[in-house]
Amino acid sequence: MADQALLNALIELADDHNILSHRLAEWCGHAPILEEDLALTNMALDMIGTARGLYSHAADVEGRGRSEDDLAYLRVEREYRNCLLVERPNDDFAHTMLRQLFFAAFMEPYWQSALTSSDETIRGIAGKSVKEVAYHIRHAGEWVIRMGDGTQESAARLHAAMQDLHIYTEELFHASEAAGHCARAGLLPDRTDLRETWLETLTPIFAEARLEMPEGVPPQIGGRDGLHGEDLGHLLAEMQYLQRAHPGASW
Amino acid sequence: MYSQGLIGADGRTEESEAFLDAFQKRIDAEEKIEPKDAMPEGYRRTLIRQIGQHAHSEIVGMLPEGNWITRAPSLKRKAALLAKVQDEGGHGLYLYAAAETLGVSREQMTEELLSGKAKYSSIFNYPTLNWADMGAIGWLVDGAAIMNQIPLCRCSFGPYARAMIRVCKEESFHQRQGYEIMLTLCRGTAEQKQMAQDALDRLWWPALMMFGPHDADSAHSEQSMKWKIKRFSNDQLRQKFIDATVPQAEYLGLTVPDPDLRWDDSLNGGKGGYAHGDIDWDEFWRVVKGDGVMNRDRIKARKKAWDDGAWVREAALKHAEKRAMRKTQEAAE
Ligand SMILES: [Fe+2]
Ligand SMILES: [Fe+2]
Ligand SMILES: [Fe+2]
Repeated sequence: MADQALLNALIELADDHNILSHRLAEWCGHAPILEEDLALTNMALDMIGTARGLYSHAADVEGRGRSEDDLAYLRVEREYRNCLLVERPNDDFAHTMLRQLFFAAFMEPYWQSALTSSDETIRGIAGKSVKEVAYHIRHAGEWVIRMGDGTQESAARLHAAMQDLHIYTEELFHASEAAGHCARAGLLPDRTDLRETWLETLTPIFAEARLEMPEGVPPQIGGRDGLHGEDLGHLLAEMQYLQRAHPGASW
Repeated sequence: MYSQGLIGADGRTEESEAFLDAFQKRIDAEEKIEPKDAMPEGYRRTLIRQIGQHAHSEIVGMLPEGNWITRAPSLKRKAALLAKVQDEGGHGLYLYAAAETLGVSREQMTEELLSGKAKYSSIFNYPTLNWADMGAIGWLVDGAAIMNQIPLCRCSFGPYARAMIRVCKEESFHQRQGYEIMLTLCRGTAEQKQMAQDALDRLWWPALMMFGPHDADSAHSEQSMKWKIKRFSNDQLRQKFIDATVPQAEYLGLTVPDPDLRWDDSLNGGKGGYAHGDIDWDEFWRVVKGDGVMNRDRIKARKKAWDDGAWVREAALKHAEKRAMRKTQEAAE
């Protein structure tokens, strides 16, 4: 049971990073300025690195000889366990940056707390990731401020992004059965504890950006049960195409 | 791709003979020319054009490889491809910066790219149709770029030469990485090997065209050689590339799509080399002039990124303005 819970919780976390990395990678070559092509790619690279570490660890925990790629490329939508926030489409630069800020502001205290995990591999991944997400917060946060306190158009777009995305943030704080088990065992942080730090990170940024988080709208939840929106299936179809077309080939 | 940078270059100068002689003396003494130094207008124009085209090639070159990032077959390959395309963006950035030292802005250069006035390497107007193209581009396209760029590390213009030193290190890493993708595919399934052969079939000739027209048809090369912007002729570099690449193809077990390719003892001043078949120059000029398969799509994609991003760039400017204004207000209070 303990291993099964850790396996499932690691896959949730790995899927979050894999899917968000993929979304960021979709920008490569199409960003508003060359510097952002580089920055978005940087964040995509950080996140794919984290995903790989987590999938490999999950595969080891499972001990059935599956690889990181088997986990990433050979599961279908219903088996994917990422939260809904990360699969949201890029839409525009405002959506992309706000999504990144929401996620990074959660992951920063998460990794911070995972530094004291009882699992050595998790401590290692946390040590690397905690520095990376601090940069993601800074980078995405600066853009949110520029857009919120920029032109009329940029403010309007950022507000639209807030309307679209805030309903997916609640899910970050929900612990699946597996995640809850791992939190009690001291393997992974307790997600339900992190709301305050998350808000402390976001509040000053949103104040500068003249941005408010709507309240009283029912949240959207379901990713940890494999209940996704329609976009994820298309993402996976693209991502998994070669592995599906050439079963068993190595690349 | 960088010899193509000289197509249409206008090296004519109107300066006095004494000035031009003094400049040529500096060049002949292998002195580096720096941005603040006096230089003939033709030298400046030629460099702006060449560095600009090189920068555009890096940026447009992100698109054909970017086409496979979201379909990369493994997490490791995806990360490596992302990093590679990011490197190309970085090359674009240093090169724009090097061109800016000559008094042209990145905005201006971007507008010239989008309007079709500035060119970029013809190779990027070919589509990437299977995963092996990611291998073949690294192996052949980065490989050809290195042949062109290693001599540019000694280019007479300091900022360009220095940028090239850094860029070349990364390009040779890309070349090895591309070759390794090819090797993996060639040792994989029959279908994978077929992909690799298909990529070589489609990219071989366009890669040879990257070195530009034959020396006899390369109108501006002579002046550029004299100014040591260019150190070897197009045909010399192309020959070097073929001689280095053919044995690599053999090692992969792939067939170079040139029935006339054969070893010739008389080439390279008697040291021997590979004689090759005729290059289809009609195709080359068609692609250079804008009628390759992907020319329109490439510019459309760049234009879309630029237009869609306009509001973001405006927001950044406006925000910086507001900040500066608030600062002066605070100071006044
Ligand atoms: Fe490059
Ligand atoms: Fe290059
Ligand atoms: Fe390269």
